[in-house]
Amino acid sequence: MSLIGEPARLELNHVTVAYNGRPVLEDVTLQVPHGARIAVVGPNGAGKSTLFKALVGLLPLHEGSIFIHGRPLGAHQDCVAYVPQRDEVDWRFPVTVADVVMMGRYHRIGWFRRPGREDREVVASSLQQMAISDLADRPIGELSGGQQRRVFLARALAQEPHILLMDEPFNGVDAATQEATLSLLDRLRASQVTVLLSTHDLNLAASCFDAVVLLNRRLVGYGPADQVLTAETITDTFGGQVFWLGGQGGKMLAASHCCPPE
Amino acid sequence: MAEQVMPMVDWLVTPFSYGFMQRGLAASLMVGVLCAIIGCYIVLRSMAFMGDALAHGILPGVAIAYLLQGSLIVGAIVAAVAVALGIGLLSRGGALREDTAIGILFAASLSLGVLLISTIRTYAVDLTHILFGNVLGVSTADLWLTGGLGLVVLATIALLYKEFLVISFDPVHAATLRLPATLLHNVLLVLLALTIVVSLQTVGVGLVAAMLVTPSATAYLLTRRLPSMMALSAGLGALSSITGLYLSYYFNVASGAAVVLTATGIFLLVFLFAPRHGAVWRLVRRPPAAIR
Repeated sequence: MSLIGEPARLELNHVTVAYNGRPVLEDVTLQVPHGARIAVVGPNGAGKSTLFKALVGLLPLHEGSIFIHGRPLGAHQDCVAYVPQRDEVDWRFPVTVADVVMMGRYHRIGWFRRPGREDREVVASSLQQMAISDLADRPIGELSGGQQRRVFLARALAQEPHILLMDEPFNGVDAATQEATLSLLDRLRASQVTVLLSTHDLNLAASCFDAVVLLNRRLVGYGPADQVLTAETITDTFGGQVFWLGGQGGKMLAASHCCPPE
Repeated sequence: MAEQVMPMVDWLVTPFSYGFMQRGLAASLMVGVLCAIIGCYIVLRSMAFMGDALAHGILPGVAIAYLLQGSLIVGAIVAAVAVALGIGLLSRGGALREDTAIGILFAASLSLGVLLISTIRTYAVDLTHILFGNVLGVSTADLWLTGGLGLVVLATIALLYKEFLVISFDPVHAATLRLPATLLHNVLLVLLALTIVVSLQTVGVGLVAAMLVTPSATAYLLTRRLPSMMALSAGLGALSSITGLYLSYYFNVASGAAVVLTATGIFLLVFLFAPRHGAVWRLVRRPPAAIR
């Protein structure tokens, strides 16, 4: 299922990922062109986070293969950045916002070396893009939840990735963070960064993305929203958790039990 | 004026007119600083129990080396690595929780060490020195060894600062950067083992865990960045060492215990009265009601 005429820069071939021998994600094959903005949609447990973790090498592939720029996963060491849904970090750790964002540069700095001027400039501009420059010297534990999310987005930006994976960035954040995330998406498009973003919000997926990956442990559908998000596929994927609003062609709302609309 | 100052100076200087006290002070200072700096990672990575286990785990190694008249240092390092690997093996794949594995091996190595040392004729004295240190028995060769190994540990911590920071703070990000987290953790364990080995002489295996944890925990309460935490921790480690030695000299008490209790005293003061986070201020400024 190729999208537009462009060459695929991210390619998954029959990818199966298993936890303790039980497959969580089965036989996913898709190709994402360079610079595309893709929404990954599916209910809880559909394997969205699993897909992302496999893409950064956090989970091994049970079967299949992943290619980035035509080379196997791992050949490019830092071109995929991952912003997890809930950062499982120790918030009382003695690091400042700027320290955390600098961690996005670590791979470029390399072993045994210290950050240089260019690294500090990239960190400063990443902080600015997420509107948290004024928080640079604050310990991360002192920030609000939304500000903490923006710190991790800024770190992903500082990594200067070709592919950015964002796991539920709109889940439970304040308006300012939502705003900053949306304008980030626009700037990423301008700089040709491929974005895969998982969400429960079908309206957002339909309106702001080039294509939608509909996932429920298998690939249910992949393509432009108006072709993929049909009543049939959505009911198929979400089961009884969907409410339809506004009749034909109108708005739709996926109300998954875990994620009340804000 | 001079009459008032001189006794004070005398009081401070007298203990160090002896060569063994000078060497003891130098060793205590080096060990205090070294433990305090690597201790920051022990505190931040919740490895306090691991530190204690490694300290006791080296006992059989030291005993075997002593019996075979080999190098105590080599014996200690081999034993520490063996204990660390054993803990890794027992807890691999979630068979046992790590703290359970540590608990089992920690007691076993201590027993094995005591058993081996009990075959030596001067059992009681030797065991006491190994358990609680013998700071007044530090030789010039010991000082060189402590300094050399200490430099190796500090240089490695400086060179791998970024890597240790990111595997400690955010293991998921470290994995996406494809850093070898297990290897780095093992390097940290080896550095910890070296630190414990050089601490044997001054505070002994029984008290080294306190020198690893207490000054860094104090610094943790007062600082907001890792470099300043390390610097303050090192200062506190040095201060505790010097103060402990004076106490030991003038009150004729065991030096290792005096050093550790000084560090603990400073910790308690900070815990109670630290600006903003002190327990006393929290009690005084208790919020009127539970507001989230």
